[in-house]
Amino acid sequence: MLHNLSIGELADRLAAKQISSVELTRHFLGRIERLNPRLNALITLTAEQALDSAAAADRRLAAGERGRLLGIPLIHKDIFCTDGVRTSCGSRMLDNFIAPYDATIVTRLKSAGAVMLGKANMDEFAMGSSNETSYYGPVKNPWDTTKVPGGSSGGSAAALAARLAPFSTGTDTGGSIRQPAALTGVTGVKPTYGRVSRYGMIAFASSLDQAGVFARTAADAATVLQIMAGFDPKDSTSVDTPVPDYPALLDAPLKGLRIGLLREFFDGLETRNAALIHEALRVYTSLGADTAEVSLPHLPLSVPTYYVVAPAECSSNLSRFDGVRFGYRCPAPADLSDLYKRSRGEGFGAEVKRRIMTGTYVLSAGYFDAYYLKAQKVRRLITDDFRAAFQKVDMLVGPTTPTPAFAIGAKIDDPVTMYLNDIYTIGANLAGLPGLSVPCGFVDGLPMGLQLIGPHFSEARLLGAAHQFQRATTWHGHTPGGYE
Amino acid sequence: MSLTRQDVEKIAHLARLSISEREMPVYVSSLSSIVDFVAELSSIETGSVEPMAHPLDGQHQRLRPDVVSETDHHEKYQRNAPSVQAGLYVVPRVIE
Repeated sequence: MLHNLSIGELADRLAAKQISSVELTRHFLGRIERLNPRLNALITLTAEQALDSAAAADRRLAAGERGRLLGIPLIHKDIFCTDGVRTSCGSRMLDNFIAPYDATIVTRLKSAGAVMLGKANMDEFAMGSSNETSYYGPVKNPWDTTKVPGGSSGGSAAALAARLAPFSTGTDTGGSIRQPAALTGVTGVKPTYGRVSRYGMIAFASSLDQAGVFARTAADAATVLQIMAGFDPKDSTSVDTPVPDYPALLDAPLKGLRIGLLREFFDGLETRNAALIHEALRVYTSLGADTAEVSLPHLPLSVPTYYVVAPAECSSNLSRFDGVRFGYRCPAPADLSDLYKRSRGEGFGAEVKRRIMTGTYVLSAGYFDAYYLKAQKVRRLITDDFRAAFQKVDMLVGPTTPTPAFAIGAKIDDPVTMYLNDIYTIGANLAGLPGLSVPCGFVDGLPMGLQLIGPHFSEARLLGAAHQFQRATTWHGHTPGGYE
Repeated sequence: MSLTRQDVEKIAHLARLSISEREMPVYVSSLSSIVDFVAELSSIETGSVEPMAHPLDGQHQRLRPDVVSETDHHEKYQRNAPSVQAGLYVVPRVIE
C-alpha cells in the first residue's frame, strides 16, 4: 500500500509516473478522514489546498523537474505559521488566529514541492509530555487508544504511526519530538539548536526550542532535514554553517565509532527497558562500533534546571498574548487591566498558566539569583559534562523515555511526575545538542525508543548510525493494528 | 506549602493572569511542589561558573545593512485583531 512506502520509494513512483501527487494526496486524505476521528491527531485539514499543491507538483513533475520531496504529502505541527490557515498552537488563545505568513520551514518545504495535508494537534504552546494539555482534546496513541502518544508533538507522532502521512514536522524544547517518537514507534530527529530556522515557529523557550522531523525511517528523516535545515537571516539564532548532504552520508561506516552508554540513564530504569537498550548496543557492536560506559554527573539535575529556565523564557515569550493585537479577547472587559488578565486567564489552559507563573516567580525580584541565575549556572555544568564526554566518545546512547506510553489521565494532575517523563531528553536541549529516537523494541506491546545524542552539528553521523541500526533491525517496520 | 495563596495572587498579578476561586488552591499546591522540586539546585556548588544563557558558543547578533526589507502588511495583520478602527487597535478607555 502507498502509505507503507518510504519517501524515496514514493519519489521514484512519482518520477516514473506510476502515481501522481494528486492520487497520493487523495490516498492520505482518505486515510485521515477515516482514521483521524479515533486519534484526534489532526486538528485542521487543508484538503482543498493540498489537492491544489499536489496538482502544482504534478505539473512540475510533468515538466521534468525532480526533487526528493516534490509531490510528497506531509503534516505540520500546529505551532508553525501557515499563511491563510489557522495556526492555533493547541490553544484557545489562538483558536481564531489565521497566520498572515509562512514559517521559514513551511516555505522551504513548500518550495521543495511537499504537500501539506493539515495541521497536527499538540500540547498547548508545546507545554506538555502527553498531548493532554491541548485545547482540542488529547491525542490517542495508535498502539493503544487508552494511552498517550507523548508530547508535545503528539499529533505529529501519532499521525506518522498511523500512516496518515509519509512525514511530519515537530518541535523539541525538552524532548517534544524524541519522546512522542519513542512512544509511538517512529523516528524523530531534534537537530542542533540553530540548525533549523525558528522563524514563524511560535516561541515557547527561545534558548531551547528547535524544529525537527518525524519520519518512519532515519533515511526518510535525512531527506526531509536536508530541505528544512540551513541558515535563515530572519532568525537571529540561526547558524550560518553549510548543511551536509545527509542522505549521501547515511552509509558512512560505523567501524571504530565510539559509542558512550550513559550511566545516569540506567539508574532506576526497568529491567525490560534496559534490556532493549543493551540489545541495541549489541547491534552496534556487530556493526563495528566500540562501546564504553560514560558518566555525566550533573545530568540528573537536567529536569529541575529545565523547569526554571523554560518557564522563565515562556513567561517572557507569552507576554505578547495580551488580547489586543491578535488572539482571544475576553468579553466585556471593565478596563485595560481586566482585559489583559481575563483574556490571558481565559485564553490559556491550566498547564500554560502554571508555567507562566513558575517563570514569573523565578524571574521576580528577590528570587532571580536563587532560581534563574542558579539554573543558568547548572545548565553550564551539564553542558560541560556533555563536552567532556564527547572528548571520549562520538555519540551517547540510552533510552529515550523511562517507560512506554502511559494511560491518558494517569499523570495530568501531578505536574512534577509529568515533568520527569523528559528526564532523558532534556539534557540535549539544555546543551543545544542534536538527538534522535528510533524504535528499538516493545514492552507490553508498546514501542520503546533508543536515543542517540551527538556533539553540535553531528546530525549526519547520528542519522547514519540510526539508518544502519534500522538496516540491521525491523522495529521501525512495525505498524499498529488497524493501520496496516 | 512553600507558597501561600497571597504569593500566588501576587505572581498571578505580575503575570496579568486572572485565576478563578476554583483554580486557586490547585495552583497554590502545584506551584509549591514545583518550587520545592527545583530547590534541589540550591544545594549545587556553582562558585564561579558563568551563567549560560545560550546553547552555542561564539554566537553574536548579526548586523545587516540599514535598508527597508519589509513592506507594509498592517491590514493583513490587523485582520487577526479583536477590535480595530482606522488602522488602530481599540482597547477600553485608559485616560478618563
